[in-house]
Amino acid sequence: MIVLDNVSKTFDGGVSYAVRRVSIQVPARTFVAVVGDSGSGKTTLLKTINRLIEPEEGEVIIDDERVRGVAPHALRRRIGYVFQGIGLFPHMSIAENIGITPRLVGWPEPEIRARVEELIDLVALPRAYLTRLPAELSGGQRQRIGIARALAARPYIMLMDEPFGALDPITRDALGAEYRRLHDGMRLTTLMVTHDILEAVLLADRIVVMRAGAIVADGVPHDLLAGHPDPDVRTLMDMPRRQAERVRALLEERARE
Amino acid sequence: MNERLRSALRVLPDYLSQHVLLSAAALALGLAISLPLLIAATRSARVRWPVLALASLIQTVPGIALLALFYPLLLGLSSLSGRLFGFHLPALGFLPSLLALTLYSILPILRNGITAILNLDPAILQAASGVGMTDRQRLLRVELPLAAPMLMAGLRTSAVWVIGTATLATPVGQTSLGNYIFTGLQVEDWVWVLFGCGVAVALALVTDQLLGLIELGMGRRRPKLAWIGLSLLLLGVAAAGAVPLQARGRTGYVVGAKDFSEQYILASLIGSRIRASGHPVRERTDLGSVFAFRALAANELSVYVDYTGTLWTNILHRTDAPTRAQMLADLRVQLRGRYGVELLGPLGFENAYVLAMRRGEAERLGIHTIQDLARLAPKLRMGGDLEFFARPEWRMLQARYGLGFRSRRSYEPTFMYKALMSGQVDVISAFSSDGRIAADHLVVLKDPLHAIPPYDAVILLSPKRAEDPVLRRALEPLIGAIPIQLMRQANYLVDRPAGKRTPAQAAKWLARAAHLN
Repeated sequence: MIVLDNVSKTFDGGVSYAVRRVSIQVPARTFVAVVGDSGSGKTTLLKTINRLIEPEEGEVIIDDERVRGVAPHALRRRIGYVFQGIGLFPHMSIAENIGITPRLVGWPEPEIRARVEELIDLVALPRAYLTRLPAELSGGQRQRIGIARALAARPYIMLMDEPFGALDPITRDALGAEYRRLHDGMRLTTLMVTHDILEAVLLADRIVVMRAGAIVADGVPHDLLAGHPDPDVRTLMDMPRRQAERVRALLEERARE
Repeated sequence: MNERLRSALRVLPDYLSQHVLLSAAALALGLAISLPLLIAATRSARVRWPVLALASLIQTVPGIALLALFYPLLLGLSSLSGRLFGFHLPALGFLPSLLALTLYSILPILRNGITAILNLDPAILQAASGVGMTDRQRLLRVELPLAAPMLMAGLRTSAVWVIGTATLATPVGQTSLGNYIFTGLQVEDWVWVLFGCGVAVALALVTDQLLGLIELGMGRRRPKLAWIGLSLLLLGVAAAGAVPLQARGRTGYVVGAKDFSEQYILASLIGSRIRASGHPVRERTDLGSVFAFRALAANELSVYVDYTGTLWTNILHRTDAPTRAQMLADLRVQLRGRYGVELLGPLGFENAYVLAMRRGEAERLGIHTIQDLARLAPKLRMGGDLEFFARPEWRMLQARYGLGFRSRRSYEPTFMYKALMSGQVDVISAFSSDGRIAADHLVVLKDPLHAIPPYDAVILLSPKRAEDPVLRRALEPLIGAIPIQLMRQANYLVDRPAGKRTPAQAAKWLARAAHLN
């Protein structure tokens, strides 16, 4: 279970807050999507969990342990992290990229090799790619490697920051669905930041909506789609439904002709 | 093959190996200093600004000035270390050259490295932290490998600069390829100048290419290429290290020479006499005037020839002008007492500043002495070498004779003689042993008031070699054996524009002419 307790973060000495007194509990094996406009604080919130950002106030607690008390690098080796920029190391082969965290932790080489092969299978890429450099792969393939790298040291928490944001819609849809299967199969706890509400609705067990550093809505997709007292949240959640209705209308029109 | 080219090739192993060792040491030290600075500078903007500013500042100091500035600094440190630990840090030669070149090598490495690391894709750095690297792991596994190609490019720039600038180490007493250039310029031997430039350029190009191979190997992930480049570089340095071990031995004699023809000839003469007695000899030429005596006093030279007037004013800082015999006697006592340097004796000729005119014009105007000249000086034009008008001799001449010319111009020596012969000037400053005095049929004006102190050429021995029987046996026959006419002719063999001889050939001729064999 991940617990954020009254977490606040400011980048300008308290003039404004990127995240202000946010509290949230994420039980194990939940898939949570964090949505909101850019600047609403969702990325900051995510980064307080693996200490890429240190909050001024409040505590982040993972399984009853305050992350403040864990060395950042040790903490991050236990948490998978995927972001839109991917950040594959251009001077390392795909195999070296995937195996980096196990290597840092000090796994024996044969075990690393086996894990790397298992993961490239898991993200559905040919093993021949292992010896290639990141520059030789397409954007979608690179993001699959990014996910494989994050999973390599068997973390049970995954933090994903717009992981599919730069991909074309088809790849994006396929990769999202595949990741959801991995999440279930590996019994992960996932927090995914996205600005795509449709993606959130289709993938997540629970959606958290942020605005100006605070959480304005938090619930299962079905409930939020049914309506919410906050007008912004209502507008936001209406969008996928309206899109779906338009698509259905188009299909029915076609059928009548 | 041309004898000048052959003589150049003979000293190539010594010059080239010393040049390589100096450059390699400076680059290695520069890299060792730059890397930590570079890392500190990329971690903190507060470090970055002053470090880059200082490195840029150093780069703007002219190379020769930077080298020269280390000499007084090291001299001070040397006397300090001598007083504190009884050990004298060498102020000449390798150490000042190494320090100056090291400073020069820093900026390109530093600037390229900082630029490369600061411009790394932030996504990659975030990923490095995200996968759980410590700061140190991030630096070693991600930042430095990714910055390596640009760092190597900086190192290549550094290498080319250092190899080029190392030629300037010659005047502070470090043998380098610059010896070809400085000697060649002095005796107007363009073969030597071009040879020195050519070898330096070739060395720089080869080094650059090998470093390029390493860069290529690292950039394309072909470690074999990088290893080939690195091993060839190390092999070159090792070969350079092996040459001097062979060529000199610790027990050899070192003969020094300042930077003009007469000094090269006498050094060659002295060297060949010691060699004839069966002992190894190394020559260190092109020493700056002050450096030569300091190097001798510090036992870095075994022997060289200096001039009494120079020692009197520059080393003893005296301003009086005693008689020739008195000056010699005083110098003998003072140099031994203060520096432990042994004045073996005068060679028999003088190389003093004199004033010279074209014979025809001097006779037409009836000028025989400087007193005669002083009367007509307001109508005449004076030409001096580059330093003459700043020297005490000129002040003494003015004070004694009240000389005042219509005009005064400074020339590089060769052009000064040309200016006199073509009538652009009427009087020039000359050295009494210069071969061109005889060759151009010049008249040397008498100095009846003794304004210019005597400049007898004398052999000096280092403190360590003061009582050395080999040196004494080899060099005592030279005392009083070289008359001025022979020295002038020997100098002219080297200085004349056509049919030039090398200093070694001139030395051989001089030995035969003076019946020294």
